[in-house]
Amino acid sequence: MKITEKEVRYVADLANLKLTGEEIGRLSKDLDEILTHIDTLNELDTSNVQPMAQVLYDAEENATLREDQERPCLGNELALANAPLAGAGYFKVPKVIER
Amino acid sequence: MSAISSGIASLTIDQVRKGLAAREFSAVELTQSALEFAKAENPKTNAYLHFSPERALAAAEQVDRKVAAGDDAGPLAGVPVALKDVIVTKGVRTTCGSRLLERYIPPYDATAVIRLEQAGGIILGKTNCDEFAMGSSNENSAFGPVKNPVAPDRVPGGSSGGSAAAVAQGTAVVALGSDTGGSVRQPASFCGVVGVTPTYGRVSRYGLVAFASSLDHIGPLARTVADAALVLQIIAGRDENDSTSAFAPLPDYVAALDGKIKGTRIGLPREYFEGLASETGDLIAKGVELLKKLGCEVREISLPATKYAVACYYIIATAEASSNLARYDGVRYTSRAEAETLSDMYRATRGAGFGAECKRRIMLGTYVLSHGYYDAYYLKAQKVRALIAEDFRKAFAEVDAIVAPVAPSPAFKIGEKIDDPLEMYLSDIYTITGDLAGIPCMSVPCGKTSAGLPVGMQILTRHFDETGMFRLADAFEKAGGFAG
Repeated sequence: MKITEKEVRYVADLANLKLTGEEIGRLSKDLDEILTHIDTLNELDTSNVQPMAQVLYDAEENATLREDQERPCLGNELALANAPLAGAGYFKVPKVIER
Repeated sequence: MSAISSGIASLTIDQVRKGLAAREFSAVELTQSALEFAKAENPKTNAYLHFSPERALAAAEQVDRKVAAGDDAGPLAGVPVALKDVIVTKGVRTTCGSRLLERYIPPYDATAVIRLEQAGGIILGKTNCDEFAMGSSNENSAFGPVKNPVAPDRVPGGSSGGSAAAVAQGTAVVALGSDTGGSVRQPASFCGVVGVTPTYGRVSRYGLVAFASSLDHIGPLARTVADAALVLQIIAGRDENDSTSAFAPLPDYVAALDGKIKGTRIGLPREYFEGLASETGDLIAKGVELLKKLGCEVREISLPATKYAVACYYIIATAEASSNLARYDGVRYTSRAEAETLSDMYRATRGAGFGAECKRRIMLGTYVLSHGYYDAYYLKAQKVRALIAEDFRKAFAEVDAIVAPVAPSPAFKIGEKIDDPLEMYLSDIYTITGDLAGIPCMSVPCGKTSAGLPVGMQILTRHFDETGMFRLADAFEKAGGFAG
């Protein structure tokens, strides 16, 4: 086994995903199969290979920089328009700090 | 109007241009007919999730005003376009095929959408896709699968299944899709249309909902190579809203379609021809014979890292996806499941909102990035990705283009692979390499199986050589009579 149900619960916690017992069972099986396939990468000796950190880049390092100028932004109303709960110009969430 | 109603499902961009110029129809008339036709045909495939008639008619009126005033209405004037529903449209619902975004109305337009409309294009509506573009069959949409217009019991491919189906069905002249591991080319192949994944950075991703940022591309689908080339021409080019968009000069793709492919050196990667369904292999072999007849020099090449591509891809793509999808937390994007605490609210929202495939990929991505595993998985995959890119670099020193299958088999039956995620991932083998290397690649129809299922042939070229790719595909399409 590459991954146990206990590890699946731990990863779900890291990913902020609430899963049902059935989903955890299913994911343990699926992830185990996929991780076993992924192990084939260990056949390759990559000790002298540089990781590919950039897909391709065709310009000077600073080519994407521009003058820092003020530009109109989206605005409060539009930015909040899709919020499930908003008020007084803010996103509203369940209480975080007790007072 | 008669010209439209009889042939609306097979219109090309050129025919729209000529029809408008000859006053056979106005842009508003064409748009109305196209919307009516698309709405009537849609129950057969479920290709569109929703239509945008107000926006379409407003754009069509603008085209008609320009035509009436004798102004240039643009290269796409009046052309009905469908957009995959992962590309944001201001004021028009954009769901990404997810329950989580069922009610999401974007406050801005993607750059590609702005450019299409500036060129006179008419956005008819948004097309179905696998949830957040994750899938190879379009069965992962929260709004039901898409049926292949050629064979309704079969999948259209994915994730841009709705866009490919709409173009094949004739309910749009052209469409945009997105490709992260084959999501434009594979559905194009399954539905018998042209699908293009341009060079990484060639088209701005501003307004493309992010799945895996080092792999995501926007690309066109069309019934002819010439139409796909023209759409890419319009949406390509540097955009200051996407710092990964390329500065490379933009050639005239349509002017390059001159049929001059004699002497083109073509490589057939041996690793791509093992394990092909026999009819698919036969059709590709026939296609290669046709290219030889057209004067291409064909030789076998090797891309030895190919067998590691699926493993490499499903580490990198899921790692990036787990990070990109963290934003759907119940705070900003329409859906929230109520809970007492903030962290319970996040968990409940995401647990209820994401479908099974998204959860699987978020979990895999989070796992490979979690403490202690980074070197073993993500770093290893980035190194293997470098080897895959190096394979292509070496190959393109010897050949001008690579020809390969798009998928191991034609469209499979709905439900056939849904319970076996690894099997589904492995069928992406021939398309994910192009995304990993960031090179341009496309699917062009190359015939049908005895059961009438379309098969696409893949053409891959050097970075930014879309010109060579289109020239070859166009000559092939014309010689084989494959234009839809």
